Amino acid sequence: MISTDINIVLPEITLAVFSMAALMIAVYGGKDRLAGLMFWATSGTMGLLGLWLAFLEPGSASAFNGSFINDGYARFAKVVILFGAAAMLLLSQDYLEKNKLLKFEFPILIALATLGMMLMVSAGDLMALYMGLELQSLALYVVASFRRDSIRSTEAGLKYFVLGALSSGLLLYGASLVYGFSGTTNFAGISETINDGDLGLGMLFGLVFLSVGMAFKVSAAPFHMWTPDVYEGSPTPVTGFFATAPKVAAACLFGRVVHDAFGAAVSDWQQIIAFLSFVSMFLGAIAAIGQTNIKRLMAYSSIAHMGFALLGLSSGTQEGVQALLIYMAIYVTMNIGVFAFILNMERDGQPVTDIRSLGLYSRVEPLRAAALAALMFSLAGIPPLVGFFGKLYVLKAAINAGMSWLAISAVIASVIGAFYYLRIIYFMYFGNEVDKMTGKMPILHKIALYGATLIMLIGSINLFGIESVAADAAASLFK
Amino acid sequence: MISVEHYLTVAALLFVIGIFGIFLNRKNVIVILMSIELMLLAVNINFVAFSTHLNDLAGQVFTLFILTVAAAEAAIGLAILVCFFRVRGTIAVEDINVMKG
Repeated sequence: MISTDINIVLPEITLAVFSMAALMIAVYGGKDRLAGLMFWATSGTMGLLGLWLAFLEPGSASAFNGSFINDGYARFAKVVILFGAAAMLLLSQDYLEKNKLLKFEFPILIALATLGMMLMVSAGDLMALYMGLELQSLALYVVASFRRDSIRSTEAGLKYFVLGALSSGLLLYGASLVYGFSGTTNFAGISETINDGDLGLGMLFGLVFLSVGMAFKVSAAPFHMWTPDVYEGSPTPVTGFFATAPKVAAACLFGRVVHDAFGAAVSDWQQIIAFLSFVSMFLGAIAAIGQTNIKRLMAYSSIAHMGFALLGLSSGTQEGVQALLIYMAIYVTMNIGVFAFILNMERDGQPVTDIRSLGLYSRVEPLRAAALAALMFSLAGIPPLVGFFGKLYVLKAAINAGMSWLAISAVIASVIGAFYYLRIIYFMYFGNEVDKMTGKMPILHKIALYGATLIMLIGSINLFGIESVAADAAASLFK
Repeated sequence: MISVEHYLTVAALLFVIGIFGIFLNRKNVIVILMSIELMLLAVNINFVAFSTHLNDLAGQVFTLFILTVAAAEAAIGLAILVCFFRVRGTIAVEDINVMKG
């Protein structure tokens, strides 16, 4: 009995054992001299785990009395999370080394955060959900303030901690209400107690508090206020990490909770998520216009993108979940490329974050500028690029679910949002000449930037078959 | 006779006090940490009250998990606060303002 359970959670156990062993080896065997090795070992392990999960035989299994679920949905999310985290980890090594931040704790904290995310997307019980979420958050609070001697970084960590802890508190209060009124913490058990889609007041309050807590984690407006500050203050590789794997994990957790536990009361949570999605899309699009710091700009961009991802979820259908998964996978790929570029924005060894310093960058580094331009077009959702198809799927799902008003406002928000992506391209090609940025790009960053650009360009042919994979994954949530 | 509603009312009051403690407090970050703790403990009261009311142990197990995590969370929060104090020289809430927002 216990051995079958352990077999199901074997990937997670592997990562947990790896991170603990890595910690011990590094502490007793040379500390920061091993840091470089640790980066490679950690991202190698996460990449291999991703491959393992990708080729695991299909099917659903649950362990520990249903508190851990391994189905297609969880596997899809985990593969995206693991590859995203591994890629960002490899990209961060060079930047951290340049800024004297190369410490062995960094990859281990990232590995633990990733473990938390894997547990989150597999949670089948409120307790498992909470533990996974906290494992992720606690590790992320620390990496946000990783540059201990900088006011900005520690302030970012402090703000993230206070608001993160507040959101965990709200989520827990919701969990306690759900437990009290349904009598169980198990998702399957909770959905059994919902009769004919009628939640009752207690469960409804519980659902609202749970949604607020999770909206904090996906940084959906109006619970986004931590995002710009944390993105700006954290060291750039950490910002890049925040923009990729944790977003996927939180969005997929949201999908898991509303479908697995509250699948019988679609109309109740549909309104909540539609509201979150609407506000996020417009706030992300409008507030980003005035930003000059590229990290702050990417923060608002991620708020807007999460609005689109939630748009898919708000349709409440299988097609909507499929759209959410496709959207998140595309979003992560684009962000890896963009952050590979941002990590190399520097002048005389000093990192630069002002977008005006990109003035006429196309004359300094034509190829890099072209790659960033393509990624920006993709983020804005301009047709031939893959970013457009992500938006197309969520819009289709929303329209088919009869939420045309939301789909129309999404298109309007996306047009407004295109302004600030295009402004970056404008600076690069027609801006004023400024002191040119001098950074030399390491080979890994080149691979990430040009690789992501190529995927955006040629992926529009068939999206690399991700559509059918995501469809299978979404179907496993609606068994 | 004290019923489960009474416990829920107390927990709800404590929870709201915790939230107000975070948002209305203009003085000190330590007060925020205490407010967070208060919120989590209010949730614990909720869980234990429901657990006895439902005659189901899961709620009490959940409480133990929350207590453990809350301890770890407080440790990390204080560690970040110490780092912040070292570079900034103050922990007054209105001085956490290097970045607008």
